[in-house]
Amino acid sequence: MLAIDPTKKISFQRPIGNGDLVIVYERHDVMKAVKVCEGSELQNRFGVFKHSDWIGKPFGSKVLSNKGGFVYLLAPTPELWTLVLSHRTQILYIADISFVVSFLEVIPGCLVLESGTGSGSLTTSLARAVSPTGHVYTFDFHEQRAASAREDFEKTGLSSLITVGVRDIQGQGFPDEYCGAADSVFLDLPQPWLAIPSAAKMLKQDGVLCSFSPCIEQVQRSCETLNTSFTGDNISSPSSLPCKRRQRSKEGSNGVEKSGSLGVMARPCAEARGHTGYLTFARLKCLQ
Amino acid sequence: MAEGGLQINSNQNPRVTWEGCSVLLDINDGDRLVFARLSPASTLKIGDKKCLLQPLIGCPFGSLFQVETGSKGPYLSRILAATAGDIQQEKVEFQLKEEPKDNRALVDDNTAQNLSGEDIDEMRRQGASGDQIIEALIANSSTFGKKTLFSQEKYRLRKQKKYAPRVLLRRPFARSISEAYFKKYPARIGFLRTDVLSLLLSMANVSSYSDVLVVDMVGGILTGAVAERLGGTGYVCNTYFGVTPYPMDIVGIFNFNNEICSRIIRFPLSELSLAKNNNSEQPEQEENAMSLEFQLNADEAALSTTCVSSSGSLSISEEQINQQETPDLCSDSVNNKEAAPLPQNLMSSMHVSMDGIDASSVTKACKSTKPGKKATQEAINSWKQNGFSSLIIAAPELDPWTVAQELLPHLSYSAPFAIYHQYLQPLATCMHNLQTARMAIGLQISEPWLREYQVVLPSRTHPCMQMSGFGGYILSGIRICSSEIEQQTK
Repeated sequence: MLAIDPTKKISFQRPIGNGDLVIVYERHDVMKAVKVCEGSELQNRFGVFKHSDWIGKPFGSKVLSNKGGFVYLLAPTPELWTLVLSHRTQILYIADISFVVSFLEVIPGCLVLESGTGSGSLTTSLARAVSPTGHVYTFDFHEQRAASAREDFEKTGLSSLITVGVRDIQGQGFPDEYCGAADSVFLDLPQPWLAIPSAAKMLKQDGVLCSFSPCIEQVQRSCETLNTSFTGDNISSPSSLPCKRRQRSKEGSNGVEKSGSLGVMARPCAEARGHTGYLTFARLKCLQ
Repeated sequence: MAEGGLQINSNQNPRVTWEGCSVLLDINDGDRLVFARLSPASTLKIGDKKCLLQPLIGCPFGSLFQVETGSKGPYLSRILAATAGDIQQEKVEFQLKEEPKDNRALVDDNTAQNLSGEDIDEMRRQGASGDQIIEALIANSSTFGKKTLFSQEKYRLRKQKKYAPRVLLRRPFARSISEAYFKKYPARIGFLRTDVLSLLLSMANVSSYSDVLVVDMVGGILTGAVAERLGGTGYVCNTYFGVTPYPMDIVGIFNFNNEICSRIIRFPLSELSLAKNNNSEQPEQEENAMSLEFQLNADEAALSTTCVSSSGSLSISEEQINQQETPDLCSDSVNNKEAAPLPQNLMSSMHVSMDGIDASSVTKACKSTKPGKKATQEAINSWKQNGFSSLIIAAPELDPWTVAQELLPHLSYSAPFAIYHQYLQPLATCMHNLQTARMAIGLQISEPWLREYQVVLPSRTHPCMQMSGFGGYILSGIRICSSEIEQQTK
């Protein structure tokens, strides 16, 4: 998925090969991830597509089925992956993901901790941001989910950047070996306040924590912990600046259509996709 | 394109400041944001007090300082664990007592405070610290106890800002820099909000080792943000129409090492098109004629030393390349100011210089490797051959369709792109044209939206009164291999 492997980098010279992961694009809201395998076929409402017809074509090509129907074959990106991955849990979408990655100040070389792994939607983007030299350690207490996530990262070629651990972060905290080593921590847990003290131990000074919660009551409890549970503890307490900030971001799309004599007009969508929760950011105070 | 191995300047801990490093100073919890370069002699003015920035050198980013008055005048003193403990303790006590209060007993007759201005001056003369003055003010306020917790804290904060201002040392990141600019001088970055910038980076799949084509007419914030994500791999390919590169002063605020600086490359779009003409037929002759004409008009601008290739010719003389490499800092910053043709128009009413930033000191950031070197012909040919990995356009003054039409053919097939614009209609037209020309799929116009809450604590959750109600629009999509006909004829 990423250009870490120069042979996988997209270019005019890089055709689809046997074993490549492609995103089969039917419509902007109908896509599917397919591993190209000589001899295999893809069947959908447009007919039967032979994988062997795809090999050698550039990414971004339109390919035809036996009935003359067509789909586009795209190179996978974390954004496309988010749209096609199998939902084992509720996932984060691009507007939130982009926001989280940049507010956590994740750049190449960073060490990032995440819990839970869920379906790995955010993890994929975190991996892109830390590559080529950083690493994402992600934890989920659900063994099967962790295993599926591992398989997915293998499929998308990100397994060198991501380590999936099975661990109950709320109960046990993050492993001690990452103490003071994390540049950023992301929590998507039902009771994030239980994991916040451990997250604080993991973070480097001035490191950033983000917690995603669907309910404002969860946010309130997290903020109380961020503000008070560390008092007297010289190592950590939330800084007053970026802490206590809630952000919700949402992305609405607009319909663009050609309407009669008016030419091309944009019509705002009457119904916009809302948001699923709150993002809380806090920065570890720097007192040493 | 030969990919160099990743070299990280390991001699510098990026989390601790050093002499000559660029910092963002957050004064009183975001009331004032100042970019500065740390040197033993540099100073910061807070209220009527002038403090040396020297104590900030060698401190970790994230450190908090308070203005104290010493025998030699005001100075910045770092708040460390011991003192911070006390402050936190008070806060806890605060939060514990929680009973319903309202403003029925509050009479606005200016008699609530028993301390006079003279009393406070007297305290100061006797060497009272800012914190002591605040405690005295609270003790002498007849209404403080009747306030709700929310307003008690607001009161305390207001007094603290006045009598014991605090300075937070922040690391210049794409996030903090764009937040600061958006807050202070939004026009200089084309009103590009931080979340919108983040979305552009994601939508364009900016990742290590990729060659990202950018049109940055937003002061360099986009170029800097992309370079930050690339971390010294791949290339930020900053292209421009005409002969004069768009200013990118903001890049100098990031503490980029040489490796990252060397990955920021500039070239005029005409070179890409010319290079293309060499190999393929000549469908773009008209455009070239146009850009040549433009170059002639812009003759004067081309005289400046740092401007890239003043002629539209294919070959770049070695002399020019050498000029690029000599760090001609002053002329660059001056030149950048002159060269900013369009953005400045927008800002004519905002001709204030950024607090504490003087452009020349900022440009000194990368003494050895200056960001924005001219692309070599070899590199341009390679991009022509392979295409760019993705494209981001943030050119508020240009028509998106005109730009997209020129640039999209240089994108690899399946490469994503994202175009930011403040207005919806030009993007709608662009989207329609891309659709009908079958140049791209997955087209979508997004309107990013952001809501911030100021305090989320039991019985004190509160929305922010001021929020950004508008973040512009993004048109995103994926370039497709539209050469169906081409393919068939092959």
